[in-house]
Amino acid sequence: MTERPYVEVKDLRRVFDVSKPWLNRVLEGGEKQYLKAVDGVSFNIAKGETFALVGESGSGKSTVARMVVGLLPPTSGEVMIDGISMSSQAASSERQRLRRRIQMIFQDPYASLNPRWSVDRIVAEPIRAFRLIEDEKDINARVGELLSFVGLHPADGKKYPHEFSGGQRQRVAIARALASDAEFIVCDEPTSALDVSVQAQILNLMRDLQDRLGLTYLFISHNLAVVRHMASRIGVMYLGRIVEISEGRELFTHPKHPYTRMLLDAVPDVGMTGRQRIPVSGEIPNPISPPSGCTFNPRCPLANERCIEQAPPLLGGVACHAVHEGRTTTHAAA
Amino acid sequence: MSVLHPVLSVRDLRVEFVTRRGILKAIDGISFDIAKGEVLGVVGESGAGKSVTGSAVIGLIDPPGRIAGGEIHLSGMRIDNLPPEEMRRVRGKRIGMIFQDPLTSLNPLYRVSEQLIETIRTHTNLSASAARKRAIDLLAEVGIPAPDKRIDSYPHEFSGGMRQRVVIALALCAEPELIIADEPTTALDVSVQAQIISLLKRLGREHGTAIMLVTHDMGVIAETADRVAVMYAGRIAEIGPVRDVVQNPLHPYAKGLMGAIPSLENDSSERLVQIPGSMPRLSAIPPGCPFNPRCPNVFDRCRVERPDPIQHSEHRVACHLYDQSPVRSEAVA
Repeated sequence: MTERPYVEVKDLRRVFDVSKPWLNRVLEGGEKQYLKAVDGVSFNIAKGETFALVGESGSGKSTVARMVVGLLPPTSGEVMIDGISMSSQAASSERQRLRRRIQMIFQDPYASLNPRWSVDRIVAEPIRAFRLIEDEKDINARVGELLSFVGLHPADGKKYPHEFSGGQRQRVAIARALASDAEFIVCDEPTSALDVSVQAQILNLMRDLQDRLGLTYLFISHNLAVVRHMASRIGVMYLGRIVEISEGRELFTHPKHPYTRMLLDAVPDVGMTGRQRIPVSGEIPNPISPPSGCTFNPRCPLANERCIEQAPPLLGGVACHAVHEGRTTTHAAA
Repeated sequence: MSVLHPVLSVRDLRVEFVTRRGILKAIDGISFDIAKGEVLGVVGESGAGKSVTGSAVIGLIDPPGRIAGGEIHLSGMRIDNLPPEEMRRVRGKRIGMIFQDPLTSLNPLYRVSEQLIETIRTHTNLSASAARKRAIDLLAEVGIPAPDKRIDSYPHEFSGGMRQRVVIALALCAEPELIIADEPTTALDVSVQAQIISLLKRLGREHGTAIMLVTHDMGVIAETADRVAVMYAGRIAEIGPVRDVVQNPLHPYAKGLMGAIPSLENDSSERLVQIPGSMPRLSAIPPGCPFNPRCPNVFDRCRVERPDPIQHSEHRVACHLYDQSPVRSEAVA
């Protein structure tokens, strides 16, 4: 049991039916339409590690997050957390116990807290729901402890969410996630709605908590710099697939997949190093009718016939025919 | 940089909002210039007053907001006190606007061609066919492929990035002297954002248009702007050439802001610089320097006396730390 990863995601798929209503299909003669939001995603996360998924809108990263925590059933594939499958019916009692250890932090701290509940009640909810502590006095003490953990004052618990700023609300959301002694926290764009100075506070807090409590994070973001700061390993998603997966530093210093390289080139350069960059072309295609073969081929400077016909497998951390074949310079492909 | 004939000149602008609980000062005495062909970046966190500054310049402050003082000059002409009818002619003709959300800036019920041609004909005396030709040229200029076919599409038939290009074309219709771009790339993905940034930069250069780029994204500013103004609680904390402000900020707030941005180059083991607390609400701006409760270098004078912008090499910075005349501080104390 020593080498087993804490979280194992195997060949996860999710298809959404986006067809027109039945009557319209009959009258107008339309076909059923499906959107493959996630198409065969696999990755592992070790205990205490931060694994990040990056990608642009529509790449399927949030869908993966929702399937990992069990908010959305996968069409196929499996999520195993600490050796327990999240989807099998057999282990349902074990799964119940596992639930407690998985929590999620959402993007919008305004929408994810009940405005009619005091912060005390919000943070105590997981404790009550899982019956972790029975005595009211002990619950209050625990809530106060959690609030000071995330940098709030225990007396803040009497307030309501609207009395807090965005960053403080995100702290409340983190306190709630920790309330059930969670070990694995899925963070879906936790700082996208926050200003940079507040974002820095929250990112620092998340790292401190990880060091103190040994948390495992699945971190979803579109912001490459944030991901670089937080994650030890990173998967880059494009149209529902992982196109490159690698150790953090390696990905930023030696990106392999043409999409990763394009994405890194596109990030505005705060350091103002004046580096040369390849101009970005095109936009993410409509996921209902994705291009054949490698879905990146219409935008790829290295694409050839094989890329249009065959989808590349994820080999050696990269899903790209050109990289596998060793054609990695732009002019050689042209 | 001394600007001889600025396109836009804002002097001691004040914007207030009258509410039941009293008057909120959203903009409290800011001054800046933008020269021809120059891009001025305005950064700050939510509530700093950057968008209100943009709205004030184009005369779109709605009640209960009002311009409470100061002057705005466009190429030497005072525009902050123009009657609404005259201001309407300045807007669109001499000042173009690009907003964050391209969907709400375009009318979904009209084809792009109709919207462009209407705008062109409102501000110029081109014939309908000449206006259509100009509209196609504009779409080609902002990088829309096959503009002669795409021009008759509706806004919903374009992707987000393409829609923002249409909005930019719309802003360019009357060859304005000044473009105000309020968070033009915030709703877009990074790969598309990069395309829009380089487009804005190229257009500003080629047409000699002055651009006021309002954004919260320091990266966008670093890429695009010539000068940058860092705003905090309705005031300009620091203004100067973009390279200096980004690499060598003077104001403690600007320093904190730069350090708070995670960078692609930095190693992930480093902690981000943290500014404690958050921006004050407009109803509770502290006396003296508005940044004083969060400032690591705060001293007594900051709590009582409001710092005026001080010229320091090429920056102008509103911070007592850079005041070389200690005599005045004692006089106040």
